[in-house]
This record gives sequence, structure tokens and C-alpha cells, in this order.
Amino acid sequence: MKVLELLKTNEKKELLRFVTAGSVDDGKSTLIGRLLHESKGIYEDQLEAVKLASGKKGSSLYELDFALVTDGLKAEREQGITIDVAYRYFSTPKRKFIIADTPGHEQYTRNMATGASTASLSVILVDASQGVLTQSRRHSFISSLLGIPHMVVAVNKMDLVDYSEEVFREICDDFAGFAAKLEVRDVTFVPVSALKGDNVTTRSKKTPWYQGPTLLGHLEEVHIAGDRNLIDMRFPVQYVSRDNPDFRGYAGTLSSGVMRPGDKVMVLPSGNKSRVAEITGVNGALKEAFPPLGITVTLEDEIDISRGDMLVHENNRPRVTNKFEAMVVWMSETPMKKSKGYIVKHTTRTAPAAITELRYKIDVDTMHRLEADTLALNEIGRVVITSNRPLCFDPYSKNRSTGAFIIIDRVSDNTVGAGMILDRIPEDQLYTGSKWDVAGERSNLESKESMIKPEERRDALGHSSFTVWLTGAPGAGKTTIAYELERALFNNGVNVSVLDGENTRLGLSRDLDFTADDRSENIRRAAQVAKLLNDSGLVTICAFLSPYEKDRKNAQELIGAEKFFEIHVAAEQETCEKRRPNLYAKAKSGEISNFSTISAPYETPKTPDLRISTDEHAPSESVDKIIHLLKRSNLI
Amino acid sequence: MTKHSIKHLDQLEAEAIHIFREVAAEFENPVILYSVGKDSSVLLKLAQKAFYPGKIPMPLLHVDTTFKFDEMYRFRDEYTKEIGADLIVYRNKEALEEIGPVENWTCPLCSDLLKTQGLIKALSEGNYDAAIGGARRDEERSRAKERIFSFRNKFMEWDPKGQRPELWDIYNTRHKPGESFRVFPLSNWTELDIWNYIYTEEIPIVPLYYASEREVLHRDGMLLPTGGFIKPREGEKVETIMCRFRTLGCRLCTGAIPSKAKTLPEIIEEVMIARKSEREHRAVDQDRDGSMEEKKKEGYF
Repeated sequence: MKVLELLKTNEKKELLRFVTAGSVDDGKSTLIGRLLHESKGIYEDQLEAVKLASGKKGSSLYELDFALVTDGLKAEREQGITIDVAYRYFSTPKRKFIIADTPGHEQYTRNMATGASTASLSVILVDASQGVLTQSRRHSFISSLLGIPHMVVAVNKMDLVDYSEEVFREICDDFAGFAAKLEVRDVTFVPVSALKGDNVTTRSKKTPWYQGPTLLGHLEEVHIAGDRNLIDMRFPVQYVSRDNPDFRGYAGTLSSGVMRPGDKVMVLPSGNKSRVAEITGVNGALKEAFPPLGITVTLEDEIDISRGDMLVHENNRPRVTNKFEAMVVWMSETPMKKSKGYIVKHTTRTAPAAITELRYKIDVDTMHRLEADTLALNEIGRVVITSNRPLCFDPYSKNRSTGAFIIIDRVSDNTVGAGMILDRIPEDQLYTGSKWDVAGERSNLESKESMIKPEERRDALGHSSFTVWLTGAPGAGKTTIAYELERALFNNGVNVSVLDGENTRLGLSRDLDFTADDRSENIRRAAQVAKLLNDSGLVTICAFLSPYEKDRKNAQELIGAEKFFEIHVAAEQETCEKRRPNLYAKAKSGEISNFSTISAPYETPKTPDLRISTDEHAPSESVDKIIHLLKRSNLI
Repeated sequence: MTKHSIKHLDQLEAEAIHIFREVAAEFENPVILYSVGKDSSVLLKLAQKAFYPGKIPMPLLHVDTTFKFDEMYRFRDEYTKEIGADLIVYRNKEALEEIGPVENWTCPLCSDLLKTQGLIKALSEGNYDAAIGGARRDEERSRAKERIFSFRNKFMEWDPKGQRPELWDIYNTRHKPGESFRVFPLSNWTELDIWNYIYTEEIPIVPLYYASEREVLHRDGMLLPTGGFIKPREGEKVETIMCRFRTLGCRLCTGAIPSKAKTLPEIIEEVMIARKSEREHRAVDQDRDGSMEEKKKEGYF
């Protein structure tokens, strides 16, 4: 009988959970509708209902609004919006699929994070006629934040761009450009038209230049078995069976790794040790257990173990501590409150906890880090959490099961946040704001001094070493002056180099953003490098916006006041804007945030060594003025 | 297939077992809602597995309308006894007395008073803080959005727009006295998964699921089996046809479908080529647009 064979195949199917992101405008509903329909995931009566409802809305037959299938709540259908994540199911002879369909507009962060938390693949829709929009970046960011290992970019509406390979390639390149910054291992691009059915479930003749699989083909074939962590054995004890005095079994779901009878195990956080006696699976004794099987474990020794404890291999342990850093997605209308008492649920352990610090929040559209005091609904931030009891965890990037937690409000009992623990950072190295420690640097230097005296270097090189520090608003002309000055000094036989905002941001400070803390850190690093160069006898020209008086003072103190020349490069706001029109336009529209002079302060130097107005002076004149100052100081 | 690969049914099974254990660990007084249908049979099997070698550490609750098929009552009593489960049967006596004989009952009335109100009374009288049910997300649109751990306020109402976010397999079970949860371990199963699991695990189900010659009459677009209080009204034609049931409910509202499927593989074959979703044969869902959602808000399962 055919059905028996069918059942056999069915039993061998793997399960792939994926999340779809995009709005109705991208054709997401049509795409899902087509996947469901062509794989027979929609029943006829549901289809009839959709046709009926679509008719009401005046849609034509194949342009059915499949959102009417996915939008389950009455309010959603009435208002034509999707409020919540909807789960849809279909299967092909190869795999069973669960789609978490997340709305593109309203509350997208909260909903997409929810859908993404259990997904191993995300389908990001891009409208070929629109190109990669902010929204696609946002979706990819959340997808990577939630640790989804595979991403498919469905470049939809190819019919609107005449199935142009060029348009497709451009979108791929554009997307790959920023996807590279995200930690997504596997990105696949597929040109589709959900409306016309090209490359969704069947290959299109209109894209002969495309050799890859159809969307469904890829979903069926993408290798997911390797996504599970089979190395780090983690067994959070979920339930201790009490009703049988002869049998003390610890029941739970194996989060990761492989467990075998006879394994030496350690109980965390107590540290007690024993061996695995037996593992009972759902169908009897097991010689080997792997995730995500539900098992019951007995140990050789009688030790005190309760729900929330974790069994691990002695030589491969998670971190056990009550203080850690995490990325948090805030999910409540009530904003996050620092130091307020919350409850954290992590694996099977629940503990009172507080968010003791908020390092920064992330603008999901630009991926910039911003300073913040709180997180509002749908905002994402990096926090430090301190719990009353230690948790046993791994970084989320290595282990989704033991790196994830939820935050619960003690009063409303609502789930208000979802967290992903960051890679282990020893507590004493936790970033605590400013890293400037000028006095400390001095005392360290005194402990060991170079055998080459500064005078020896000066005589060998033929000039003293010093730092010219150019500060000023964006567009004031710092960099132009810096490189002209470098040329002039070099022509005079001076060994000189330039450090500027651009070249440090590309390398030395690539990990930093534009918050006050990060700007300060950028200046600290630049000052350290300038000092090293000075110490080896070289002259350094630093061209940095350096908007904060305190940072410039710190730099001066670190390098040494006698070697430090603060030059304020000044220009009228209007001039600056004229010189960098695009930059200022973005700053004013809010696309770039924390922009000095527009959305962040610029503290004008009160007593610079020299102030140059680039409105009045050409670059060469400015350079002359600086050289004059240096000569007057007997440095060249 | 790699060595540690896991099949989709194993994965669904593991998820359901995790949910059962989470309920047992985090609630004071949980109960399993048992409706005698095929999904309930699967639910019981999973509960057995979750607590093996121990017994299922919570009672089963059957909210009985008294209008079920005889085969269902027989099956219920025999099967629960066989597996040693603790069965509680609840009937809304006040409503049954008030409305009186079966002729006075209609499907909406039964659904409201005996199912919804009956369930609410049973749960509040039993003081249960968690009720595990066999509902699946693929059954109906509003269920596609319901959480696995679905919060109910002290009036047992469901607030579809104010649901707690549910991420990973970390379930927030916090609640105050009087508040409760409905828990759905089969959320991610489809009808085919249920049948496939019944087949591979050899789970017993009520014989009404198998095709047999049955005497039926046509009413409200449904095929209702005659017997008990279902008697032909004037103008209603009675005929004997080969048929079976895709879902089981009350005699008042459960229609049969013409079918020749006498064995599980035959049923599965029928399901796999089915082009109609299974709830179509239940009058209860078809009152009006969003009817299931309305019922759920009021506390219906």
C-alpha cells in the first residue's frame, strides 16, 4: 500500500522552523500563501474563506490576500493589520516546516524576536523594485541578534524589474555589504516572484541566469543538523520525580552535548560529582542521549539535586556566576528601570535579578550605539544583570539554550524582556565607562624606562617630538590642514605622521560607536598612539573632532603639556554644512544620530594654543600659522 | 541523515514532554483536559512518557455534556482504567436540570452552558491553576496565535491582544491566586502528525474514527448518525452509508463524513489527500466570523 511507504518517508522528515520578515508591501503574505497552497498546506475551505474575504476587499483571484489566512485575530482582519506572530505549518516529502510569520510594521522587534527565538532560518523579503531598504537591515539585524544560523534573502517582485540579473546582483551586493557586519554564517539569495510563482516552488524560465535552487528547494535542502551544539553537555534539571521512593530520577530536556551512561558528571552550582547510572528516554533505556531529547537520568550517588540545577561534564563547564552582560530586547509598554527588582528565568532556574547597568541601546535602523537611561518597548540594549542566585550559562552565540533568558516583572507577572548572554567577560574586566587613567599610566611608566634617552632620539632624528592636536566641528577643515601640515613638516626633514578620525575608526577603533563613552575611548586610544609615536621620537598630527573638553585635557595630560599643541580649527556652521552637505543632511534627518553640533554637543576649546578660522584662511595660510607657532616654541 | 539527526515527530514529542514536565514542576494543582478524542489520546500518551516510570502526577478532567456517543463513554472508562489514570468527570448539573430534556437543547446552547460554562465551573471548583489541553494551532485561525502557555485572568478570560511574549522554550508561568493557564503541548502538531504518531505508537482511539456502515440523517448540511436522541424530523431522509468521524464532539453537532477508511493507514491516506480542514464538520465553529475567538475569550477551549 502506497500510504505505508508515505508514512515511512514522513517519519524520516526533519523539522525546519523558519521566520519570515517583511511587510505586506514586500509581498510576504503572497509568498507564504503560495508556499502553503502549492505544498497543500491550505485546506480548500480555508481557501474559500480567503477568496470570499479577498472579494470583499476587491482583490483579484490569484492576487489573493493570504494575510487573511495568517491573520488569525478578528481585530487583525478588521483593521487589516497583523498584530501578532502567527504560526503556519506545511510539509513536503522532504521536510516538515513551521513558519513563524511576523508582522512587518507594528511591534516588529518584539514579534520578530519572538518568532526568531525558535527559528533556525530566516527568510528576509526584499522588493526588487525598491532595493534594500532600512527595514531589511532591521530584520537582518534582529535575525542575527537572535542567533539564527541561516538566512535567505528572497528578492521578490522580479517580474516588476523584467527579471533583470543586474538588479538582482546589485541587491545581493548591497545586502552582502552590511550582512558581513552581522554574525550570520550562511546567506543565500533567491530571485522570486511570489505573485507569478517564479522560483518559489518551481524553477522559472524567466531567470535562465540563475543557477541556484528555488526558495522551497533551498528550504528543503539547507543543512541544519550541524546547527545543534553536540559538544558542551548541558542538562538543566527540570523535574524531580517524587512519587516513587525507589526511583530518584532527574527529568529534563538535554540542551546540548551528548550524555552516556557512565559519564562523570558534576552538579552545578553545588559542584558535587557523580556518574550517570541510567538514561531513560521516551521509549526505554538509552545508550546515548542528544539534544533536544527529553530524558530521565539516574546517578550512581545519592546527592541533593533540585529543579534549576544543571548536570555537566566535569571537564567542560559553563560559567557559573550571578553577574553577566547581555543584549536585551524590551517587550513591555512600561520602560525598563535600572536597579528595579525583576525576575529572570533561565533554563529551568528562576531567580530575582536587577538590571544594574545599561551600557547603550542600539538604533536598529542604523545599528549605531546610543547612550540611554532606559529601554522602551521594542528597544534593544546591552545591559549588565545581577541575579540573587548564580546562573549556569554559556554565551548565546555558542549555546542558544543556555544563553537565553526572559525577564519577568514582579508586579504584573508579564514577560517584559528577552535576553541573550554575551561572551564571557571576567567581572573585573567588565567595561565601566571611562578607561582614562592618566595618573595610573604615569606610575606604570616609572617602573620601567627605556634606555634610550629622549635627547638621544632628538639628536639622531634632528628634531624634537610633539603632538599637534586639531579639534573642530565636522567640515571645519581639520583633515585637510593635517595632511598639508604633514607635507610641509616632512619637506622640512621632520618624521611625521597623521592620525585622524577616519583612519582610527577603520582600524584601531573599529569596535567603537559614537556615544560619548565611545568617543572618549576613541580619543584615549588616539592619544595613546600619539604618545607612543612621540616617545619613539616622531611627530604626530592628530585630527579629531574631539568634542569634549575633558577628553582633550586628558589627552594633553597623557602626552605631556609641553609636547601637546591644541589647535582649534573653526568655521561657521554654514560653511561646515556647505562642505559636507550629505553628512549634515543625514544628521538633520536623524539618519545619523549623536552628531556633534547637531544632535550631540561640541565643547569649544576655551584656551587653545591657536585658533584658526578656515572661513578666513586658506589651508596653506593655516599651515603657516601652525609652523610659526612650532618655531616660536623652538620645536622645529 | 547524520548520527544524531532527529526526526520531526521526535522533536514534536520532545517539545510536548518538556511542556508537560514544566507544568508539573511549576504549578500547584494542574489538570489534563480529556475530551476522549484522538488528540486527547495522543496527549495521554505523551503524559505517560513524560513521567515514566512514574505515574501521571495530575488528574484527567472530562467536562461531559452527556450528549456524547456511547462508544466514547465506553472507551473513556476502559482506557483510563487501563493506564491507571485518575479521571474526574464533571457535568454542569444546574444547567442540565434547568434546561431539562434533550429536545430542549441546541448546539449553541450545549456549547455555551455545558462546554464553556461547564469547563469554567469545573476548573474553578477544582481550583486548578493549569489546564492542559490538546488544541493545535493548525485547527483554526485564532489558535494560530495562541501561546503554548496561555494566560487566563481570574474570570478565565483570554486576552488575545495582551498575550505574554513567548520565546525559546522558556515559559513564564507566574500568576496570582485565582489566575490560571491553559497549556497546549500539541500546539505545533498538525492533523497528519497526530495520525502518524497514533500509527507509530499504536495508540488506541475511539472506534468511531474508523469507517463502518452507519445510519445517518441529513441536517444543517451535516451527516448526523441516528441513535439515542438523534431521530429524523419531518422531511429528513435517513440512509445507511459507509462513514466515519474526523473529529468527535457531541451528537448534536458532530457530523460524519462518507469514508471507506477502516484502518489507520487508510485514514491517514484519506487525511493526506483531504482538501477540507477537519473542523468544517463541526457546527460550533461556523456561527460567525471569529466565532472560535469569541468562545475562547469567554473560556472555551
